[in-house]
Amino acid sequence: MDAVFKALADASRRDLLDRLRADNGQTLSQLCERLAMTRQAVSKHLGILEEANLVATVKRGREKLHYLNPVPIHEIGERWIGKFERGRLQALSDMKKALEQEKRDE
Amino acid sequence: MSKPTFVYVTYIRSTADKVWAALTEPEFTAKTWFGARHETEWKPGAAWRLILQDGRVADAGEIVEIDKPRRLVLKWRNEKPELKEEGWSRCTIEIESAADNAVKLTVTHEANGPKLIEAVSGSWPRILSNIKSLLETGELVLENKIQ
Repeated sequence: MDAVFKALADASRRDLLDRLRADNGQTLSQLCERLAMTRQAVSKHLGILEEANLVATVKRGREKLHYLNPVPIHEIGERWIGKFERGRLQALSDMKKALEQEKRDE
Repeated sequence: MSKPTFVYVTYIRSTADKVWAALTEPEFTAKTWFGARHETEWKPGAAWRLILQDGRVADAGEIVEIDKPRRLVLKWRNEKPELKEEGWSRCTIEIESAADNAVKLTVTHEANGPKLIEAVSGSWPRILSNIKSLLETGELVLENKIQ
């Protein structure tokens, strides 16, 4: 679990996870597009994410596709979120989203 | 074969045989798979169905490949009308040896439509967490059932 928190403690790595969430199964080259990071830096960050099991890779021919693996994040949630809190937390989260959306639309 | 839509990976301190059993045998799936059980003869070409506790058929399809306790490929369709129309998906389950007496469990799902993706992306992390916690600690994190 240390590896997961360490991997998530970096804004560039969270950005890479966000990109995979938006479009799962990207190659290194695709992930490097429109990023102000060198290919080498992206590759290093992906290595740390893969080590923490937050990114899973699949080989397809000569390409390596990267997938966001939410299982470790799910396990963190399971550890600290009680069984009966889930509904209330979902309601709070929905309310926050709705209110912040309203503000943006004004 | 199309590009996988989702890839879920978990490392479990257990053996391939036990992970296979946790995925397939009814006394385990009753706990790890929200009360559901598989109905199949576990051989290539055999029909496969996932039956909920109340007897409803949640998913149906066919065993495409089976290599116990390493690899299972299923042709998969959710039987809810709005999901059924999205057609067939393909689910691959792989169990490999990993470091530290652990096994790596990978579930890959190739789906055609957004609704099935939404349905499976909610369930797979929970099922994998359940199997990991059941095999490693003997206890379950989640006991909730599919509605």
